[in-house]
Amino acid sequence: MDDLRGESITKVFPAGTRALDRVSFTAREGGVLTLLGPSGCGKSTLLRIVAGLESATEGRLFLGGERLDGLPPGQRNVGFVFQNYALYPHMTVEGNLSLAMRAQKVPAQEIASRVRETAEMLGIADLLSRRPAQLSGGQQQRVALGRALVRRPRLYLLDEPLSNLDALLREGTRSELKLLFRRLGATVLYVTHDQAEAMSLSDEVLVLKDGRVRQCAPPLEVYARPADLFTATFVGSPRMSVWCGQCHDGLLHGRGVAVEAPDALRERPRLWVGIRPEHVEVASSPLDGGWEARLDLAEPTGDRLLLTLRVGGESLRALVPPRELAGQIWARVAPERLHWFDGETESRLES
Amino acid sequence: MRRAALGLAVVLLAGWSLAPAVWQLLTAFKPDDQITRVPTIYLPDPPTTGHFSRLWARKPLAVYLANSLEISASATVLAVFVASLAAAALSRSTAAFRNRILLGLLFLALFPPILLLFPLYEGVRALGWINHPLGLVLPYAALNLPLAVWILESGFRQIPREVDEAAQLDGLGLIARVVRVQAPLAAPSVVTAAILVFIFCWNEFMLALTFMTRDTAKTVTAGIASIGGASIYEIPWGQLSAAVLLATAPLVLLVLAFERRITAGLTRGAVKG
Repeated sequence: MDDLRGESITKVFPAGTRALDRVSFTAREGGVLTLLGPSGCGKSTLLRIVAGLESATEGRLFLGGERLDGLPPGQRNVGFVFQNYALYPHMTVEGNLSLAMRAQKVPAQEIASRVRETAEMLGIADLLSRRPAQLSGGQQQRVALGRALVRRPRLYLLDEPLSNLDALLREGTRSELKLLFRRLGATVLYVTHDQAEAMSLSDEVLVLKDGRVRQCAPPLEVYARPADLFTATFVGSPRMSVWCGQCHDGLLHGRGVAVEAPDALRERPRLWVGIRPEHVEVASSPLDGGWEARLDLAEPTGDRLLLTLRVGGESLRALVPPRELAGQIWARVAPERLHWFDGETESRLES
Repeated sequence: MRRAALGLAVVLLAGWSLAPAVWQLLTAFKPDDQITRVPTIYLPDPPTTGHFSRLWARKPLAVYLANSLEISASATVLAVFVASLAAAALSRSTAAFRNRILLGLLFLALFPPILLLFPLYEGVRALGWINHPLGLVLPYAALNLPLAVWILESGFRQIPREVDEAAQLDGLGLIARVVRVQAPLAAPSVVTAAILVFIFCWNEFMLALTFMTRDTAKTVTAGIASIGGASIYEIPWGQLSAAVLLATAPLVLLVLAFERRITAGLTRGAVKG
């Protein structure tokens, strides 16, 4: 198996910043592993370490059974797509695509046929004689992708490849990327800060925060059972509402609101509870086991209405079918839909 | 009013700079008896090309020019190539390291070359390169490295880091990256550095005079210095002027051809954007 495996990778920058702290991961052959996290979480650094553009302070990298770290970037046989594309401005599209093969002295005939094949696959065959400055952002992005594809690498590394595209183009390109990855059977390491991108593209998501792995699981698992408070609020849109409070008499006491804690968690002194907006049910008449709430804001999103409610002193967001609502309303969440986290460690608690 | 003042200033400055060159130009075409006549005759009447033909017959000026071209071009290529490697490395170093090296290079450039003359002579003689082009090519390239590194480094530093990294990932080695990616992207700086180095080499006199003793090995500057009259009391002004004109013409043409790129390269990095 040609899995990419990272073992306990640590990166400390000369200034003393610990960008990565004992990060271990496995990207399965033919699968897409997404590194997801806010800016500064170390995800790009990890990608650059895999590419060989940075070296890890500690830790080991394997591709298949082979040790990857220590090899110079040019010998790792990885295709890299930069966030800003980093095309060679003085070369044509054809020159950009073929430079790696020319450097390796691949026969001219093979270079030509591979460039043509790749360009056709990406729909840029008619742009081969243009220079990057003469291309639109979307076309440049394809050339950057093509430069990675044309070498048929063992591993694809993509650093926020969609972030410089406008919203409309981004969504279409996202779907095309997913199709392309599947067709190539490529092993992909994909960096993004956009949780929606991570959800739609990945086989597995590695959530990073402050250089540490928070969770590594398939996207739906990350959504359904986030491993800690950070992951819970970072993944999923709109964001999960979280309340914190002391626990006694079987109830979590937030600011002006109480939530019944599951039996298993009743002994804990402090808890966090998380509520996904899409799991909140609202009504303009009292609901059995519901909270009284005040409607602060209603934002239409099309087929849904995003509500910002005030429950006691806590804020709660709800995503509900459109309807007329005003002033006093009631909100309810099924107990099994609640997410519980430890008050101190913020890690997930199973109820 | 202000425009007029500015125009006057420009004319005065241009006159100040060009006057000696114009004087040489006029002298080269004056018959001998008009050159030193008092009161001064400004325009040659009638103009003559006699100095050129006599000079050409007396001195192997074509050989001097060819030597100059060979030596200057070789030294320029060598200096720019080595400086490119240095600039590529420096442009990716930490600011503290880079500044220390650049300051060191500046210090070297300020060192008066005449102090180097004697040790260089010993070295060149020991290598058997007296009257050999390499005896000038290597010193010229070395003396010009600081200037070339300074110019190239500022150009290389503006190349986005990711472009260089993309080339690394594409499997290009250090030299291939400089030759195929960095130097082409910093072309204005490369052209500027090359031309300035070439001009310095072409105009260099002291080392050329000292190391090239055989007439056929001389560069054009040393060659002109060897033009003498029939006696030490007679200075052949007309032929000297003709020779200077012939020696300067290639440089003027070169600079005119690349004028735009030179100014672009010299001011590059002065302002952001």
